[in-house]
Amino acid sequence: MSETAIESARDEEPGAVTASYLVAGHTLKSWLTTTDHKRIGILYALAITVFFFIGGIAIGLVRLELMNPKGAILSDEGYNRLFSLHGIVMVWFFLVPSIPATLGNFLLPLMIGARDVAFPRLNLISWYIYAVGAAFTCYAIVAGGVDTGWTFYTPYSSLYSNSNVLAAALGVFIVGFSSIATGVNFITTTHMLRAPGMTWSRLPLMVWALYATSIVMVLATPVLAMSLLLIIAERYFGLPLFNPSEGGDPLLFQHLFWFYSHPAVYIMVLPAMGVVSEVFACFARRRVFGYIMMVYAIMAIAIVGFLVWGHHMFVSGESQYANVVFSFLSFAVAVPSAIKVFNWTATLHRGQVTFEAPMLYALGFLGLFTIGGLTGLFLASIPIDVHVTDTYFVVAHFHYIMVGGSVSAFFAGLHFWWPKITGRLYSEAWARFAAIVMFLGFNTTFLPQFIMGYGGMPRRYHVYPQEFQVYHVISSVGALILLSAYLLPLIYLGWSLLYGTRAGDNPWDATGLEWQTSSPPPKENFEEIPVVNAGPYHYHPAEEAPDAARREPQEAQGRKP
Amino acid sequence: MSDAPTLLHEPWPSLAREKEGVAFGLWTFLASEILFFAGLFLSYAVYRNLYPDAFRIASRETDILYGSINTAILLTSSFVMTIALHASELDRRRILASCLLVTAILGLAFLGVKGLEYADDIDKRLVPGPDFSLKPAATRLFFALYWVMTGVHAIHLAVGVGLVIYAGVQVQRRAIAAQSPAIEAISLYWHFVDSVWLILYALIYLPGRS
Repeated sequence: MSETAIESARDEEPGAVTASYLVAGHTLKSWLTTTDHKRIGILYALAITVFFFIGGIAIGLVRLELMNPKGAILSDEGYNRLFSLHGIVMVWFFLVPSIPATLGNFLLPLMIGARDVAFPRLNLISWYIYAVGAAFTCYAIVAGGVDTGWTFYTPYSSLYSNSNVLAAALGVFIVGFSSIATGVNFITTTHMLRAPGMTWSRLPLMVWALYATSIVMVLATPVLAMSLLLIIAERYFGLPLFNPSEGGDPLLFQHLFWFYSHPAVYIMVLPAMGVVSEVFACFARRRVFGYIMMVYAIMAIAIVGFLVWGHHMFVSGESQYANVVFSFLSFAVAVPSAIKVFNWTATLHRGQVTFEAPMLYALGFLGLFTIGGLTGLFLASIPIDVHVTDTYFVVAHFHYIMVGGSVSAFFAGLHFWWPKITGRLYSEAWARFAAIVMFLGFNTTFLPQFIMGYGGMPRRYHVYPQEFQVYHVISSVGALILLSAYLLPLIYLGWSLLYGTRAGDNPWDATGLEWQTSSPPPKENFEEIPVVNAGPYHYHPAEEAPDAARREPQEAQGRKP
Repeated sequence: MSDAPTLLHEPWPSLAREKEGVAFGLWTFLASEILFFAGLFLSYAVYRNLYPDAFRIASRETDILYGSINTAILLTSSFVMTIALHASELDRRRILASCLLVTAILGLAFLGVKGLEYADDIDKRLVPGPDFSLKPAATRLFFALYWVMTGVHAIHLAVGVGLVIYAGVQVQRRAIAAQSPAIEAISLYWHFVDSVWLILYALIYLPGRS
């Protein structure tokens, strides 16, 4: 069979582009057996939303407990299990898959002009792998939880803990394969399925970010999988792998664990950087400043991010020489991060900036990520790190990066592409309000943690000296504000699904291939594969229609009854 | 070959591109697999560096005869798999199907020999635990790694045998074409698993016997 015969056979398919992907089948089965990357993105979105609220409930109880220095509500055990649950669920079942698996799945093929990801069936399988892993972790929760913390440090996790380490570790082990499958799929898609003319230097930064993220997923996740497998072998089969009384080295586990888990931060943050690059360019009506440097910075963060894991072990008994090297490399990773922050700022400078909801969320990202990044420099510095190790300072730092940064950007992207995903507009006023409340709530929650951490409040303690109570109370109130800010989008976005006005193909007047197809896109993404003849972000403010006209939905027709 | 309806899949524009893409994707996956085993190799390196004598003593307890037979079996299987891939490229369906069959048999033979070796190891009380038979404590670390490394490798090989049998049956039934990109993907995976064994052979059987 010749290739031309196959190609012409496809051309003859009747009605290549018809209805949107949302109406290409209404049954539950048509969703659960779909190989459409857009539907799989939505399946992921539903799944991670469930886990986001499970993790949120756990930390809600923890914050309630911490209002009182005596620890009045929970037992010691219960407290350990709740914060472990919060960490495990939030890191592995929400943050790691959040942007890549939802927005990334939905957008990557659209942004490069492909009809789907390279391996559509593998993509569906990866969602099921996620579901199986989630089932194990849910079992661990129902059966009483885990008390090891999200890091599963040995030998506690492998020998002493009387909790459901096996089920939890197995859940995380399995979900890792979903991550690897997604990474393989994205890398292959980016390499092999770009539309004609979509050269590497014309890729949107979001695509670059997803590509770099995928590299980290593919190369780091297997090491985590192996370290969890070794815990399981030690705990279940009694093989002495990290047991110091048998000559094993618990530090080895930390090396293996952080070799994944530090780069995992970049799995969370790189896609966030991609999202805000798109949002800033659109709402500043400007080309992203220093596109090429932004690309280099993305790749540099991905690569250097592999070399800094040892800064998690400054006080664990690592050699001083290793400490110095890891300290230096940790400082080095700040350079490309700073390049990105400066270039975003330069993009906004003299832009025609408007403050729609996605922009507010993205600006929130910029502020919170900067604070998180700068405090990362404190922690990269060995003497300060020794002082604040395992205090709330560290907790605040990584929440600023992973929640302030990653989650803000996730919401920015969700709002930015919501009209594309659903075909509907949401209430702009409510969305702006939620964005501001989220920013304020976040800072109320985590700024006090820097102060009390620096003052010596250790993490993972639920009974603490009276002097820290005021910070804990402010922090808990902040958590309540944050909770309400997270519930708001659930309401107005849900409302938008039912009653929102039609968005039109390109409500933001944005550039990018994804905006050239209809909203929501047809199952095949494009009527015809587009041909690209220019770089991304061709915003020309001079030629733009006035602001007011730009905001009007393109389709005047009302909602169907 | 008009009986090959499933040669080209969405979203690929052409078969040549799909072949390229499948191979590329599999190489990416193998990069991931290398890092997976690298975690074990690193652990081995650390402990062997800490306890060189115990590792020599423990390694001498392994059965080099089984190990060598298995190495020979896997190298042969890789050779047969190469012929299979060649047959696939030339669209020789029968040769392809029989080569896949032979590869699968060799893979099963490996697992059989490994099973015999495991039985011997259990007899010799080489499973770390209360009745472990060797003296310096650190020999347990060697055998803990031995069981995990060979176990993980055996699982990989079993998956490979499953894939090879599945592909062979599909080719035989003409459910997939001889030139399907899947054949190259499976052969890459097979060679990878064999290569890992060569490293394991050097790490497990040879240290005490220089």
